[in-house]
Amino acid sequence: MFTFTIRRLILTVPTLLFISFVIFMIVKLSPSDPTGNLPLTIPSEVREQIREALGVNKPLIVQYGLWLKQFFWLEPRIYLEHAFGWDLGTAGETRLISYQTRSPVMDLIMQRMPQTLMVVGTAYLVGTLIALPIGIISAYKQYSVFDQMGTLVSMIGFSVPPFFSGVLVIVLFSVMIPSDSYFWLPSIYDTTHEVTDWESFKFQFRQMIMPVMVLALQITAQISRFTRASMLDNLNQDYVRTARAKGMKEKTVVLVHVLRNSMIPVVTVIALGIPSIFGGAIITEQVFKVNGLGQLLIIAIQGGDVPTVQTLTFIFAILIVLFNLIADVLYGILDPRIRYD
Amino acid sequence: MKLKPALLGAAASLAFVPMAMADGHSGERGRDGAVSIIYWQAPSIMNPFLSGGTKDVEAGSMVVEPLARYSETGELVPWLVDEIPTTDNGGVSEDLTTITWKIKPGIVWSDGTPFTSADVKFTADYCMNPEGGCAQITKFEGVTNVEAIDDLTVKVTFDKPTPFPYGPFVGGESPILQAAQFADCTGAAASSCSEQNFNPIGTGPFKVVEFKPNDVITMEANENYREEGKPAFATVTFKGGGDATAAGRAVMETGEFDYAWNLQLAPDVIANMEKGGKGKPVAGFGPLVERLMLNQTNPSPDLGPEERSVIRPHPFLGDPAVYKAMSMAIDRPLLVEIGYGKAGKVTCNWVPAPDAFNSTSMTCDKQDIAGANKLLEDAGWVDSNGDGSRDKDGVELSLLYQSSTNAVRQDFQALIKQWWSEIGITAELRNVDSSVFFGGDAASPDTFQKFYADVEMYANTFNGTDPQSYLANGLCDKAPSPATQWQGENITRFCNEEYDALHKKLSNTAGLEARAEIGKQLNDLIVQEGAIIPLVHRGRLSAHANSLGGVKLNVWDSELWNVADWYRVK
Repeated sequence: MFTFTIRRLILTVPTLLFISFVIFMIVKLSPSDPTGNLPLTIPSEVREQIREALGVNKPLIVQYGLWLKQFFWLEPRIYLEHAFGWDLGTAGETRLISYQTRSPVMDLIMQRMPQTLMVVGTAYLVGTLIALPIGIISAYKQYSVFDQMGTLVSMIGFSVPPFFSGVLVIVLFSVMIPSDSYFWLPSIYDTTHEVTDWESFKFQFRQMIMPVMVLALQITAQISRFTRASMLDNLNQDYVRTARAKGMKEKTVVLVHVLRNSMIPVVTVIALGIPSIFGGAIITEQVFKVNGLGQLLIIAIQGGDVPTVQTLTFIFAILIVLFNLIADVLYGILDPRIRYD
Repeated sequence: MKLKPALLGAAASLAFVPMAMADGHSGERGRDGAVSIIYWQAPSIMNPFLSGGTKDVEAGSMVVEPLARYSETGELVPWLVDEIPTTDNGGVSEDLTTITWKIKPGIVWSDGTPFTSADVKFTADYCMNPEGGCAQITKFEGVTNVEAIDDLTVKVTFDKPTPFPYGPFVGGESPILQAAQFADCTGAAASSCSEQNFNPIGTGPFKVVEFKPNDVITMEANENYREEGKPAFATVTFKGGGDATAAGRAVMETGEFDYAWNLQLAPDVIANMEKGGKGKPVAGFGPLVERLMLNQTNPSPDLGPEERSVIRPHPFLGDPAVYKAMSMAIDRPLLVEIGYGKAGKVTCNWVPAPDAFNSTSMTCDKQDIAGANKLLEDAGWVDSNGDGSRDKDGVELSLLYQSSTNAVRQDFQALIKQWWSEIGITAELRNVDSSVFFGGDAASPDTFQKFYADVEMYANTFNGTDPQSYLANGLCDKAPSPATQWQGENITRFCNEEYDALHKKLSNTAGLEARAEIGKQLNDLIVQEGAIIPLVHRGRLSAHANSLGGVKLNVWDSELWNVADWYRVK
């Protein structure tokens, strides 16, 4: 198991390097331009000077090399300096700078991380907590009214995109309900809000309800289906009949024997979904103006901001590779029959 | 016992009502609490010299200010100076090569230090540094020297007579930065000064408390602001992101925000939002014109890369009968109605504003399909092979009509294609994503500069109130070509000796009236020679809450130019 993990970890290095190169080339070769969104009143010579100052005109391989150096060598040192107060001699070196904001990309990411984790992370948690019981009951009472309702809700969650459901709840709770009503909810997320006391917590809770529930609907739909399918597979197994024949209580049969065995694939699905929390929910963030990582990525793409797009997508790639590995290791832990050595 | 004071109080509050209405916007600084502004494009930086994006310039304009700016009527107003220098008051030299600004005494930066001519000079050096990549360098075009004569006097020298010397330090795009703060940020270091670029020290009514790039800016009133009792608001929340619909909704329907910028939305969407009753839209008209550009060169794909959209003439667009008929077939009032509503007007001009420059020699508000057909017929264009498009000498009137991807533009394309088909001109439509279309990537075949099409549609405008540099977009030598890496502003490749000579005359003429006269002639020439078919004079539509007073929508400068005068209607 340990050797397997080490081997996989070493293999990720060339994989990630290759991914970073592919991302870089895709972003660079796409016809976008950091000065493309400027007003037409700015003439082309000035645009050229701006591009020159940003370093867009350097050879591609130089730009890629610089990015690698900044991302793997300079930024980790700066992080260590900040965390431990060491001096690693980073002063005076040019950090990974975003074209749009002319500020370090890593600072932008660190600034956006809390609101994304807060909103998308909560949604993932809420979605999972709702999905598991729905999946279990739906499977145990297959084709009952509850199961049919669960199927319907999942179907809606799967098929209704957040740019529809998000706007729908805004119209319902922010526009149609008068703003002095108790049920009114803000349509625009206040990212500067800080929770300091009970009142501010209540406000934070209210502004999170809509984005979290819109996202949770989708997550619930997915995970409850997986749980249901997995439970159904196990409910018809011989060991379940044996357990019942031995005179075990129905509760023990379902919640201990069946549920535990059904969790193996479900846990994998949940683990593989975690990187998407960091990726933010691009559309939901836009709809509610949460302005997290997803919104940062989309604005950077529109603005031709190569360093930001490159860094963000690469961090997502790292997370996906990492959580794939974690899921593989989890398999081995959950099911002792699976061995990699 | 209790009734009497209550009655008295009621009477007193009644008596105060008219007073409050008349005088609601004076009192002590910060009396009206918080104001919230939403821009659906999020500001990335507070330093206009490093961005040039409207969102960034306007966010910055609340903090850093120019020496003079344009009012909502397009007039120059002194801002940090006592008066606008002119030849009459001796501020502009007789030979039109220098302008001398006299700074208003007693102005201090938000950190309490005095605002001096050294800051002004520093700002010029900062932007004119060739390594800095200054986005507003055109404001300093022709400037050879900026000199601080004494603490409050700045003299700008130009390399040649400049009849309109109000480029540097005028308007939201050219504010003054504090020399002390930006001293280490010149040249190549400009980009790495995030702290300075996010939190500039300014003379404006507000100062930055926290700047979250591409998200939200928190500001508070500048306690050192030069005017007593202003601004009325103590804090500003400047939120960015989302889309125009959501921004409009937040002001007019849910009432969460006080001001929403640039709502480019369909007229019926705006009208529906207005029914929300929490706010109202306001429109203002600058020189922005949605127009058709007609290619004066041959865009045929059969030509090589060095010839396509380079060699003249176009197979048929040079024929006056063709371009006149194309213009006559368009129903402009209908385009305005479906595309822009209150935020649009019919125009026949390339330069529809300011008023002095708006030519009145042409009319185009009536569609005339029959007249257009006759014109083409008389010129010998007939459909001889029955394929639906007219032809003459083997040349078919069939064209490629491109634009950027945008719902209104695609509606316009469909309508115009239909009208042209009624006069025997077939059009193939194409739309390109705007970041590519306007991206200027010389390697892409889809940019508006390359113009690999017969007709293209977009909107353009100019900053300030003087169109001289905008009219230069019709000069022969500004045409994009492979020799210039497809850069250049003369998109139609219009080339006319008379036009070039007239423009030269404009650049040597002082005095508004004379300049306006030449400006109109230039406008008429380029439209009548068929390089441009103007469609809609587009306005800027923003919305403010009913409870927000003092808003004067300004299209000539930053929309937030008079934010110091905003107040809460009580």
